[in-house]
Amino acid sequence: MSGAYRLPSGGRINRQKPISFTFDGKKYQGFEGDTLASALIANGVLLAGRSFKYHRPRGILSAGADEPNALVGVGRDQAHYTPNVRMTMQELYDGLVAESQNRWPSLMFDVGAINDMLSPFFPAGFYYKTFMWPRKAWDAFYEPKIRSMAGLGKAPTEADADRYSQRYAHCDVLVIGGGPAGLAAALAAAESGARVMLADDQPEFGGSLLAETEATIDGKSAIDWVAEMVAALKARANVTLLSRTQAFGYYPHNSIGLSERLTDHLANPPAHLPRERFWTVHAGEVVIAAGSLERPMVFPENDRPGVMLADSARIYVNRYGVKPGKRAVVFTAHDGAYRAALDLKKAGIEIAAIADLRHHPEGPLVEAAKAAGIDVLPGTSVTGTAGRLRVKSATLARIGADGSAMDERQVECDLVLMSGGITPSVHLFSQSKGKLRFDEHLKAYVPGRPAERERSAGACRGLYALSAVIADGFAQGEGAAKSAGFGGVTARTFAVAGTLESDPGSFLGAAPHGRDASRVKAFVDFQNDVTAKDIRLATREGFRSIEHVKRYTTTGMATDQGKTSNMNALGIVSEALERDIPEIGLTTFRPPYTPVSFGAFAGASRGDLFDPVRTTPIHGWAAEQGAAFEDVGIWKRAHYFPKAGEDMHAAVERECKAVRDSVGIFDASTLGKIEVVGKDAATFMNRIYTNAWTKLEPGRLRYGVMLREDGFVMDDGVVGRMADDRFHVTTTTGGAPRVLAHMEDYLQTEWADLEVWLTSTTEEWAVIAVQGPNARKVIEPLVEGIDLSPEAMPHMSVAVGKICGVPTRLFRVSFTGELGFEINVPADYGRAVWEAVFAAGKAYDITPYGTETMHVLRAEKGYIIVGQETDGTAVPDDVGLGWAVGKAKKDFVGKRSIVRDEFQKPDRKQMVGLLTDVPAEVLEEGAQIVADPKQPAPMTVLGQVTSSYMSSVLGHSIALAMVKGGRARLGETLYVPMPGRAIPVKVVEPIFFDKEGVRLNG
Amino acid sequence: MVETAIRTGALDALSARAPAIAAASLRTCPPASRFNFRGRPEAFGPAGEAFGVALPQTACRAASESGRHALWLGPDEWLLIAGDGEAAEIAAKMESALAGLPHSLVEVSHRNTALEIEGSHAADVINSGCPLDLSAKAFPVGMCTRTIFHKAEIVLWRIAENRFRLEVWRSFAAYVWAQLEEARREYGA
Repeated sequence: MSGAYRLPSGGRINRQKPISFTFDGKKYQGFEGDTLASALIANGVLLAGRSFKYHRPRGILSAGADEPNALVGVGRDQAHYTPNVRMTMQELYDGLVAESQNRWPSLMFDVGAINDMLSPFFPAGFYYKTFMWPRKAWDAFYEPKIRSMAGLGKAPTEADADRYSQRYAHCDVLVIGGGPAGLAAALAAAESGARVMLADDQPEFGGSLLAETEATIDGKSAIDWVAEMVAALKARANVTLLSRTQAFGYYPHNSIGLSERLTDHLANPPAHLPRERFWTVHAGEVVIAAGSLERPMVFPENDRPGVMLADSARIYVNRYGVKPGKRAVVFTAHDGAYRAALDLKKAGIEIAAIADLRHHPEGPLVEAAKAAGIDVLPGTSVTGTAGRLRVKSATLARIGADGSAMDERQVECDLVLMSGGITPSVHLFSQSKGKLRFDEHLKAYVPGRPAERERSAGACRGLYALSAVIADGFAQGEGAAKSAGFGGVTARTFAVAGTLESDPGSFLGAAPHGRDASRVKAFVDFQNDVTAKDIRLATREGFRSIEHVKRYTTTGMATDQGKTSNMNALGIVSEALERDIPEIGLTTFRPPYTPVSFGAFAGASRGDLFDPVRTTPIHGWAAEQGAAFEDVGIWKRAHYFPKAGEDMHAAVERECKAVRDSVGIFDASTLGKIEVVGKDAATFMNRIYTNAWTKLEPGRLRYGVMLREDGFVMDDGVVGRMADDRFHVTTTTGGAPRVLAHMEDYLQTEWADLEVWLTSTTEEWAVIAVQGPNARKVIEPLVEGIDLSPEAMPHMSVAVGKICGVPTRLFRVSFTGELGFEINVPADYGRAVWEAVFAAGKAYDITPYGTETMHVLRAEKGYIIVGQETDGTAVPDDVGLGWAVGKAKKDFVGKRSIVRDEFQKPDRKQMVGLLTDVPAEVLEEGAQIVADPKQPAPMTVLGQVTSSYMSSVLGHSIALAMVKGGRARLGETLYVPMPGRAIPVKVVEPIFFDKEGVRLNG
Repeated sequence: MVETAIRTGALDALSARAPAIAAASLRTCPPASRFNFRGRPEAFGPAGEAFGVALPQTACRAASESGRHALWLGPDEWLLIAGDGEAAEIAAKMESALAGLPHSLVEVSHRNTALEIEGSHAADVINSGCPLDLSAKAFPVGMCTRTIFHKAEIVLWRIAENRFRLEVWRSFAAYVWAQLEEARREYGA
């Protein structure tokens, strides 16, 4: 037997499958089909947690996704731990471990409950009023304290060990909600032939019908009808059924976010299954059949464990076969609670009384209650409850026409059921930007004009009678299919019998109680501990807009998004300001409808798969050699190759020396490459680059500079002319996609007449740079069909031939100032050719070097790096590239801009070299440069250090810098202010080594 | 005499470790010759004739002939795929047929790595990171397109109802492979 409060029969639980679980360390039993909430109720446990602000004991309030109170931490360890799980949504499994939150030392006795006593000091806007002064206390005291106290659950201390999957899906009709309306809608749409998806947040379809014991549909019990509908849908190939799937967000263009829980109900989830699947559904048409939420009544002490929503109590009895209590007082302004009272009575729960706020309740349900012998008290309010950790009694009072309370009396009970009426679930509709309309008769907001290809069906648009709900569902499903271009659905009616019509009338706001309003707590928002008093105070303090009241009081801002509280808050504001509800408006509904795991949003994109990691064909070799890598965009590049015991400095010094003395080998594969081909290729190159290309002969290379339209340097690279109509363009590693897009943009929008096309060949070629005085000797034996002699192949030339038996485009080019080659080979041959060159280079002590050494070597030569010396505000002349601008050219991108007066001024920042007095002193890159080190801050800044290294070949540190009027300052001493001192630096020409370029032409 | 360099594919190591999952089996395709062909309409006919496959003029459709494939990627752009080692011969034949005609033929044999995913859940696995509608109606057999898979660009081609070829740039291949492995994991019970 699982618990004293388990009914002997009934419910959709599997009594053959008992399940053990623990809550706060205590072992309990439940059945398969239970939620954590229903299983605890079966064991007489209603106390579920402590409230957010006042640490008041809280019980299970609802039976569904709207639960504000019963939040627990669930998980077998910290790597599988989820805080703030709604007990009402957590399916029971064997060995489930749950713990209550926001209490210390225990749920029964919680020190934080002192806050409840101190509540007069915590009025609405407490935070804003209290923590203003003294200013300094905010950072040191208030914020850390508030942070440690804030929130309910505790974040797990370990990384999430579960996997999460994601899926894009398309359908003609997406039906959200698998209750009576949703099932009918899905069937209608499916019969039309449309591709249908049906999502429901519960483990089984049926929605409200899962708790329906009286009604029949087409002569069948509700539950049999559901089974038949589900079977019919399952049998169709055009239908996808998703249970345990919450539609949480409605995004533009009918993109709907679904969160499917795949393993949270399993005791031993198979390792291959993801925990959740995040669906992005692109739906032709959407039918929202999200149902409705029951509203609590706002009355003093309405948060005591044992106070529950009336229909939720009915669900516990009918669907889970448990009794939420033994003796209940029902407080209502709505007929629905009578149905709950009747069902509970039938299950053996004594109904002490129905207190109906309405003075003249009538109708078949009221009559049925009276006929069943239930004491119906019209014009009666519950004005308070008593009991410590559970309701022991409720105080009932007759309410006069003026709102006064008379004839107070205490009624013993362990359960108070409440129902203020029904709130249609318009959240997703509102998220879709559809306009809501206030229905005066229903006292509810219902969907108005949709903004998307969407329609609502059933209770979420204010239809409550089962017959109307099913008929509407079918009609909306058919309508959606028709809008999606499908038709031919056979008309169908559903005969509903056995239900009693109920009055949709309802109550919004706080119930009258006749007690001192300043001393009672009547809760509106259970999760954020907001009372009716707080909301009234906000209106007295001048808040008029509901959006402001919301933020000031925090009502509706908890993780439940005010599902149970928003409408009552509106009612209270409306009454306080004496304005109609539509005038006050409604706060914005935002996704997600219910909390969604971070894991689901991240999907597989975490850890190694967070971003693509691009590696070159030679990467594996470098990794085997113990290279240190650096990220360049999403590329991994070898940074340096340390030998045992070497730090970066030592490795780079050795690598630099090797290149200058003998030969080094460098992986330049990441350089962007674009093949520019066509009759007009040279014309295109002339327009895109500053340089002149027409006269460049096939077989020759040229360094090209590319500007943006505004004249600033955008990218650079060496370009080879392979044929009259074919250029092999290289770009910076990071600039490759940008340059291709820039070129395509001009080609497609400005120069569509040119016969030229672009193809990215970055990844076609592995590029092996062999640099140093012995470079030629190393590669010569490997090369076929190319004369490598300086006469046949001078600096800045390219030849096509073979290396190691595979095709190559061999560049004679240097970014080091040494004799150098860049061997382009088809990528799959990259590693083998690299290894062959490396082997051939052994005789010359060939040394692999990384990007750091490459940077030092090029800085020694004063070669710029776009993005390091330039910052998007440098024109070619600023960085000493005036020579690369084709003066005779009629036009090129950026030409019009660089001739502007501003760019001719002599005090523009210009690239210079800097030398420190102390040879070993390496300046910090990014450091500022000033003329007068004694000037008090803020100092007049002349520029900044852009590159700075120790140059082993020079035995001196070197730096490149951008300095105002720099070229006119050669020989001057400037200063680099650093904490506590200023470093004097001499301005020199930005070329430190082999100024004549003798080595280059070796 | 220098030894001829051997090839190392981007996925050689990964594909050797791939588990067998029938509902979504994953494998690399053998090396191939590839070209990116672009040009003006007057070049389309001769290009197709020289290549051996008439270039499909319908958007996002592939055509095949004797082991050679032409995939429409844009109104003036095709990806041409042929057997490994045929590139030089194809280039020579096409360039001679296209002499004087406005076009660009660029070999990209090594730029792309190709892999295939096959099985009843192949489309689901691709939809883990590709937002396209892969129903047989929206994406029929023979359809191809440039699209995205997670954060990588791919060319997706439906070869058979449950069989897709993905052409991906070499350095993205390991990422795409790992994402496919991750997505098909759940079908490997």
